[in-house]
Amino acid sequence: MTMLSERQQLSYIAAQAADARLNVELETEGMTLNIGPQHPATHGTLRIIARLDGEQVVWAEPSAGYMHRGYEKLTEVRTFPQVTSLINRIDWLGSFANEVPFILAAEKLMDIEAPPRAQHIRTILFELSRIANVGLFLGDLGVQMGAVTPVFMAFRDREYVLNLIEGATGGRFHPNFDRIGGLKDDLPKGWIDETKQVMKKLRRFCDEIDDLLFGNEIFQSRMRGVGVIPSDIALQYGLSGANLRASGVEWDLRRDQSLPMAWDKVDWKVWTHPDGDSWARCWVRLQEVRESTKIVDQLLDTIPAGPVMAKVPRIIKVPEGEAWVSTENPLGEMGYYVVSKGDLGPFRVKIRSASFNNMSIAPWVLKGVYVPDIITILASLYFILGDIDR
Amino acid sequence: MSALLAVEIPYWGQSLLRVLGGIVAVLLPAGTIVYLFLFKMMSFMQSRLGPMEAGPFGSMQLFAEVGKWLQKEDIVPAEADARIYKLAPIIVLLSTFLLVVVVPFGPDAYFVDFSAGVFYALAIGSVSVIGILVAGWSSANKYSLLGGLRAAGQLIAYELPMVLAVVGVVIQAGSMNLQDIVVAQNSGSIFGWDGVGFPFVLTQFVGFLVFMIAVQAELTQVPFDMPIAESELVSGYMTEYSGFRFLIFFIGEFATAGVFAFIASVLFLGGWGVPFSWFGWEGLDDVDNWMNIGGPLIMFTKMLVLTGIIMWVRFSYPRFREDQLQRFAWKVLIPISLANIALTAIVKVAV
Amino acid sequence: MQRSQSWSAVVPLSDTDVEASASPDELRDGIVAALTSDLGDGVVDSHVVSGDDVWVRVAAESWVAAGQALHRRGFTYFCFLSAIDWMPSPYGRGEDDPSADDDGDDTVDEMRSGYTGGDTRFQLLARVVDPQRHVGVTLKADVPEAADGSLAMPTWVPVYAGANWHERETAEMFGIAFIGHPDPRKMYLPGDFEGHPLRKDFPLLARMVKPWPGIVDVEPMPEKDEAAEGGTADDNATGETDGGATS
Repeated sequence: MTMLSERQQLSYIAAQAADARLNVELETEGMTLNIGPQHPATHGTLRIIARLDGEQVVWAEPSAGYMHRGYEKLTEVRTFPQVTSLINRIDWLGSFANEVPFILAAEKLMDIEAPPRAQHIRTILFELSRIANVGLFLGDLGVQMGAVTPVFMAFRDREYVLNLIEGATGGRFHPNFDRIGGLKDDLPKGWIDETKQVMKKLRRFCDEIDDLLFGNEIFQSRMRGVGVIPSDIALQYGLSGANLRASGVEWDLRRDQSLPMAWDKVDWKVWTHPDGDSWARCWVRLQEVRESTKIVDQLLDTIPAGPVMAKVPRIIKVPEGEAWVSTENPLGEMGYYVVSKGDLGPFRVKIRSASFNNMSIAPWVLKGVYVPDIITILASLYFILGDIDR
Repeated sequence: MSALLAVEIPYWGQSLLRVLGGIVAVLLPAGTIVYLFLFKMMSFMQSRLGPMEAGPFGSMQLFAEVGKWLQKEDIVPAEADARIYKLAPIIVLLSTFLLVVVVPFGPDAYFVDFSAGVFYALAIGSVSVIGILVAGWSSANKYSLLGGLRAAGQLIAYELPMVLAVVGVVIQAGSMNLQDIVVAQNSGSIFGWDGVGFPFVLTQFVGFLVFMIAVQAELTQVPFDMPIAESELVSGYMTEYSGFRFLIFFIGEFATAGVFAFIASVLFLGGWGVPFSWFGWEGLDDVDNWMNIGGPLIMFTKMLVLTGIIMWVRFSYPRFREDQLQRFAWKVLIPISLANIALTAIVKVAV
Repeated sequence: MQRSQSWSAVVPLSDTDVEASASPDELRDGIVAALTSDLGDGVVDSHVVSGDDVWVRVAAESWVAAGQALHRRGFTYFCFLSAIDWMPSPYGRGEDDPSADDDGDDTVDEMRSGYTGGDTRFQLLARVVDPQRHVGVTLKADVPEAADGSLAMPTWVPVYAGANWHERETAEMFGIAFIGHPDPRKMYLPGDFEGHPLRKDFPLLARMVKPWPGIVDVEPMPEKDEAAEGGTADDNATGETDGGATS
């Protein structure tokens, strides 16, 4: 598992050499550059404090907390059904996917399971929010490097997905559609055909991005061999999602754990990349969007008949116990550790968000890179501020 | 030479015409580029409409933008070196005006007939570096400083390939006077066939490519926009500027693009001229006076084509990293242009 | 459905000991056994939900050793680290109907720990995963309280580098100091913030001044429907489940 590719080894050696060189050269006075909290590259209010020697980073340290909303505390004064409206706002680009693991944890504690139709629709909406989220990432990638066109393509095609999510749930950004025991409503008429059309458009969007960005030599030279994270370091820091798979660890929570969702009923592939550099992370995400469109297409064909809501009591009291459920969210592993005391609301919810772990590696990976690489590495690690600060 | 439009014009009239012409030659391309390419072409490339409200198809948007900028407060940071800070945008725009002076727009429609025109253009083109560097330095902002230093390093690195690319043209034309270069291209012939004259882009295609790449870098357009680099340096040396000083930077950016496209079309695409054989002209003195009107239009068209390419690249490419950019200049462009000079010289002597 | 079996394995807390031994799970029992052989008495208690999850409580002094042992045994993926304050909130849930009687309060006030029990108010909670076998372990440890009320635990950063930020967060939210932490600054809160927000005795002021319009605040049902509800609870169950959320 800790087999390193040649590129990784070379980059690692180069990073070590840069380290050593920095130690020798540190007599010159450095400059502290404060990137953020208001900065176009930080998608919100992340602040990065970087100590520079010329254009080279001696050390860099993200400083989070400018948007901490205290959701873990707030969940303790909400009932279980109310919590979903809070956790919607953690990763605001893939809101529906945030609700699912919490609902699953509550269902696990209550020992109920959503009907198969609800499981299917949940999975479809989950993948749609992944497409909306990662699709925007693919466009944003260009903007971080000065290519302004891809982001508009991403916004254009994300609009179709948001329309679908709105059509099914009534909310574009914060659907709050998941209920303990199933879903609030069934799909509207014509939604399935519409979704199939949109999936075609998104596959074309992926091809466009592949041509325009990933096929571009400048893009490749900016991304390849930059920000290499070996697999053992990635695991230690708890990187998840595409970041981990890009380091060569084949691990996808959709496939590798049994959840009452519909991923095991369709044919799809877990993409990995051996290099672990920025390029690999972006490339894996591109493939995952394509894979998601395939998942959605297959699920649309096989939605079973039946109710979308299991029989649950009107007032939900969750039995005493503890449950951990995590799913493979657009940003990585998103999990909830729910402790219930048999009340209407949870006693304690630990929210394990993906970006928090994904960003915690930043001080390690930013050491010795150039200032422009800070931007590309952060972009390729892909964080959403609400997901760091919660 | 004073027979502009076959009318005798007194000296003061000529001077007035030259001043007006200079302003038009700088501002008209800038406005056209901004509206046509930055507003409209970019929008269509990005599946949107661009400005549509101000005037038909947003054509008055430009004036709205200028009006907006003029209304804004002219902020000088407390720590900034105020005098230099205020001077910097003027230096940048001034270099553009000085640059347009040598460009010939017609047989008599030029500002000065300068025998070392190429030399002057390349020298004056670098003055804007000073403006950018002092803008970055005097802003008292770390982002601006990084941007200014990047700009200095980059503009110096790309000055050299640009000079070397032009040397080929100078060798072929046998003159550094831009008017002579135009005449040489339009009165030439390809193996005896003079249907299209002899634009130097045919023989100096490598030089043309190197020149256009260097222009792209000189203008700090994507993929060479590290000094501005919105997503990392937050517009670099322009970070602290607001109001009409930012407007001047903005005009300077696009006006310089237009002027460099003028120079490129003079050097490589035949400039204002049409092939002289079409009308049976022998030399510059035979050219009809109507070319003083037609020439600027031809130049304008060629300028639009070239800036269109510059902007097209700008809208679709990501940017280099600073070290990659330097490597590209020193290890790729300069050797290529040196080889081009050597080849041109050998062929010139042999033929 | 095979999966429904694994889900139905979640059982009420009172039955856990019986159930855990009744349905063996070789993989997870093996993990507990391996950890016991590594740590000896360090493993205080364990709780296995067959086919689903495993909890292990270790002694405070075995906390780092447990991390090292798990890391050695292939649990290389660090998932999260946090803490739980088991004390019931003295402020209630902030949603109580002021007009309702406060009968429930007496039962709430006793402190009960969750799975694998516990002796102290604060417990550390960490989860590590073996990416090869696709199995995770939730570790717990009691945090001993010093005589002056301060809490301290050894740091996990040398074992799992990713614990760095999690320990910083846990330290500021629960007031547990991590001995040997390389960078013990606050993670989210301002440097001069006083108090530890996730402790149960830290008041959520927004709820103090204005009670949350919670489940008790719904409009009463018409008399007739309420009488009929007993017989047809199943029929309107699907439509009405979110009454609390939408009120």
